[in-house]
Amino acid sequence: MHNPALVILVLIPLIGSVAVFSLRQEQAKLAKQLSLAVSLIVVVYTAVVGFAFHTDAHAERFQFRGSWSWIKAFNVHIAVGVDGIALVLVAMSVVLVPAVVLASWNSFDSRSGAEEIVAPGAKQRSVKNYFALLLLLEFFMIGVFTATDVFLFYVFFEAMLVPMYFIIGSFGGPRRQYAAMKFFLYSLVGGLLMLASVIGLYVTTGSRSFAITDLIGKVPDGATQKWLFLGFFIAFAIKAPLVPFHTWLPDAGAEAPAGGAALLVGVLDKVGTFGFLRYCLPLFPGASRYFAPTILILSVIGILYAAFLAIGQRDMKRLVAYTSVAHFGFIGLGIFAFTTQGGTGAVLYMVNHGLSTGALFIVVGLLIARGKSRNVDDYGGAAKVTPILAGLFLLTGLSALALPGMSTFVSEFLVLVGTFTRHKGLAVLATTGIVLAAIYVLYLYQRTFQGRVSEKVAKFRDLNVRETFAVAPLIALIIVLGVYPKPILDVINPAVRATLHDVHQSDPTPDLGTAVGGVR
Amino acid sequence: MSRLLMAETATIHAPSVSYHALAPILIVLGAAMLGVLAEALVPRAERYTVQLGITVVGLAAALVTVALLHGTSETTVAGALAVDGAGLFIQGSVLVLAIMSVLLIAERSVDVGSAIVASAAVVVGSPTDRRLARTGLIQTEVFPLLLFAVSGMLIFPISNNLLLMFVALEVLSLPLYLMAGLSRRRRLLSQEAALKYFLLGAFASAFFLYGLALLYGYANSVDLPAILKASQASPKSDVLLFVGLALLLVGLLFKAGIAPFHSWTPDVYQGAPTPVTAFMSSCTKIAAFGAILRVLYVGFNATAWNWRPIVWAVAIASMAVGGIFGLTQTDLKRVLAYSSIAHAGFILVGLVALTKDGISSVLFYVLTYGFSTMAAFGVLMLVRDADGEATHLAQWSGLARKSPFVASVMTVLLMSMAGIPLTSGFIAKFSVFRAAFHVAAPLVVIALVFSAVAAFYYLRIVVLMFFAEPPENGPTIAIPGWSTAVALTFGVVVTIVLGLFPQPILDLAAKAATLVG
Repeated sequence: MHNPALVILVLIPLIGSVAVFSLRQEQAKLAKQLSLAVSLIVVVYTAVVGFAFHTDAHAERFQFRGSWSWIKAFNVHIAVGVDGIALVLVAMSVVLVPAVVLASWNSFDSRSGAEEIVAPGAKQRSVKNYFALLLLLEFFMIGVFTATDVFLFYVFFEAMLVPMYFIIGSFGGPRRQYAAMKFFLYSLVGGLLMLASVIGLYVTTGSRSFAITDLIGKVPDGATQKWLFLGFFIAFAIKAPLVPFHTWLPDAGAEAPAGGAALLVGVLDKVGTFGFLRYCLPLFPGASRYFAPTILILSVIGILYAAFLAIGQRDMKRLVAYTSVAHFGFIGLGIFAFTTQGGTGAVLYMVNHGLSTGALFIVVGLLIARGKSRNVDDYGGAAKVTPILAGLFLLTGLSALALPGMSTFVSEFLVLVGTFTRHKGLAVLATTGIVLAAIYVLYLYQRTFQGRVSEKVAKFRDLNVRETFAVAPLIALIIVLGVYPKPILDVINPAVRATLHDVHQSDPTPDLGTAVGGVR
Repeated sequence: MSRLLMAETATIHAPSVSYHALAPILIVLGAAMLGVLAEALVPRAERYTVQLGITVVGLAAALVTVALLHGTSETTVAGALAVDGAGLFIQGSVLVLAIMSVLLIAERSVDVGSAIVASAAVVVGSPTDRRLARTGLIQTEVFPLLLFAVSGMLIFPISNNLLLMFVALEVLSLPLYLMAGLSRRRRLLSQEAALKYFLLGAFASAFFLYGLALLYGYANSVDLPAILKASQASPKSDVLLFVGLALLLVGLLFKAGIAPFHSWTPDVYQGAPTPVTAFMSSCTKIAAFGAILRVLYVGFNATAWNWRPIVWAVAIASMAVGGIFGLTQTDLKRVLAYSSIAHAGFILVGLVALTKDGISSVLFYVLTYGFSTMAAFGVLMLVRDADGEATHLAQWSGLARKSPFVASVMTVLLMSMAGIPLTSGFIAKFSVFRAAFHVAAPLVVIALVFSAVAAFYYLRIVVLMFFAEPPENGPTIAIPGWSTAVALTFGVVVTIVLGLFPQPILDLAAKAATLVG
């Protein structure tokens, strides 16, 4: 088991990051080009790996596995491998990175005037450091999804905070210090609770290894399992973030530069929901079932509560951050409903949400770069001045509200169907979240792009080719996956089924007496 | 008369001394004596160079002999000294870090002369004092003093005899009291620190001695193995044993800077010359933990159920004091002092385990922590304004703009202390918590919570350095001389390498995890 395919994938952005870091400050242009090139190479490489992934019934659960001893004293391995869930999340992450690189091309330039809002009196920031940090973040993102050793996962999970912390803290908005600190501390507290569980897992299973495949089914049921579950769960719930652990996200999302926010919400937060599926469910099946009702209720509360808050926001980036909290409620619902539709829907939701929220943060960032304000009231009528931006904004917004034809619709539908077969009341409540989503998206669009053109907005320039290319591919992907989701569902399905098997759950047989129409 | 003489010769045997096992101690003591001679005989102009040479060569030679002794496991001098794996590991760590401290003390390019005063006996603020402060003179006695302290630190963790341990405690403490008062800048603060350290230290030593006496009353011996045997078989009341142990621990916990006996730490760390602080926070702490390890594991192994709650309590107190009070500090040296108190708490968590894993994790932790803290104090020496080191937190804001390199180095060290993965601090914390989890899971969880609290103030420094704007007339970054550069580089490289590839040192610590009774 020494397949180097994934290790190479992980290392490409790391090498790129080191190369960009070692450039001189004046070589900002080269830094950008190099980052774009590296991120595109990663996309191509991931595509090659993705096509070699087997989806037939007898395929292994984890593929491209490679394992090398790292710290023998703790039996820790550098063990990598992907199942369908990890593969699609890696693919989503690597697609987002070049988009972010393109979108933040001029964000911190001194000549053209920084596009990001900065604190008054703040000095010029280092452009090359920003791009080097993005690539470093990509390294950790791919690492965290591909690790199959719990210890290695933990290392990536925690170390990932550092580049994001510097992206928010060095390149963020006026309250960046506060936001960066809050982000780091919340995640760190979660991470340390998880560390306790990781150690506990090691001690209680008596397993001589941290490999996930060796640990599944080894944790004895009972109180210990519940405690260990909570350690992992709280860490992931903070990361995801699930209400009531979400309060750091609006601050971090609002203060981070648009590109950073796209990766933060688009990818980093997925690590939380990915963690539920990869670690909480298979390792602690009894505890997962025990806590599922509570988590489902929290998810539904999150969907409704965050949607209402989003409607009330005037700060555009905070608004997008709150929509994400609502969407994470849907993902939580899908995961803990323990049905294949729910699980598959949740994974697809993660991918779609990464693409659509990433795109939404980018277009909002492009709008903010023009108006130099995050406040919705400073805009209005922009559609007449910047039709391309308006069009892309609307499309992205529609994908966020899960319009049929967009891939987000497929995932939301699957999640709701999957939940309905087990928890009818919760599914009905969650469905109202769709209506609320329509309100916050369309209301935002109306206030910014419709209406009378103000004097300030009249001077806006429309998107140039670079900016269009940052967003358009993401939207194209959303539409393609919305029309023809089968290839990606085929990849996700076996992995979800294997996960549900670990929790000893199978799909409920519809009760023909009450099932709608009795269609089977 | 002759019969009396004969009776005496019959009962007193000269104990057999295994000189090769004691070679490191003898070498360091010899070098110290040589240093004293050099002080008297070498002309003033060459003293600095000669002393530095003697000290570094002496310590390096001792380190080499420690390395040659690896695998030794014996008791010597009638069982009073135990040269074993854990003892040698501690000795080796002390020596490596002592060499690094010497390199920091030898730094002469960032300040006139060095961080050490020209003449400690001159009245502060007197004309002579002002004149001397401008010269490049230095109180070169600091080097032999350090050697004497190191020799004490080498004996301290290998003493199986409490009386000898007490002597070692005094040998290591007395030079430290003096060294704390040798600061070139802010001399009154430094002298105050020295006096405070001396008074409290003497008090703690008295506790140790009192405990020793009570234990002698209980076991009729001051040898740790004899105390163990007595506690296993004795039908006597345990009162003397536990009161004795408690008093003994007061003395030991004081030296290791563990709450509630920590109150000297911030003041002394702040007042002492920074390289001396670096020396105290790493070497003294390591030696003290070596001694605590030996006392508890060799002498009181059988009565673990009685002392474990005490260790729990002081560990929690230490983490809480270090974590919470550290938040309120505005001086970086005090922040690092409170951080050292918190770290002492984490190390105690490993001590609770009472297994081989526990010993090796404690050994690994003290070593990695020593490197990180040593390098951190080294960085403090470089950030200066007109009054010397700029240690106020506000002066550090925006440091990354002036010197991204120094700020990054400090960040790595702080991340290691906060226990962020890919640094040695994380591996150390992990191994300690892993060792303790099966006997003390709640303690581990508490420790993790306090790690998060402590992480807050490390992060606050990072926030200041990177995300805040620099003040108008902020401090400058001094270009270090070769010696500081070597020490700093070594500390940082070890911190990173042990975070990425800890296996060799973990192996070494695991092999060293033996204590001879």
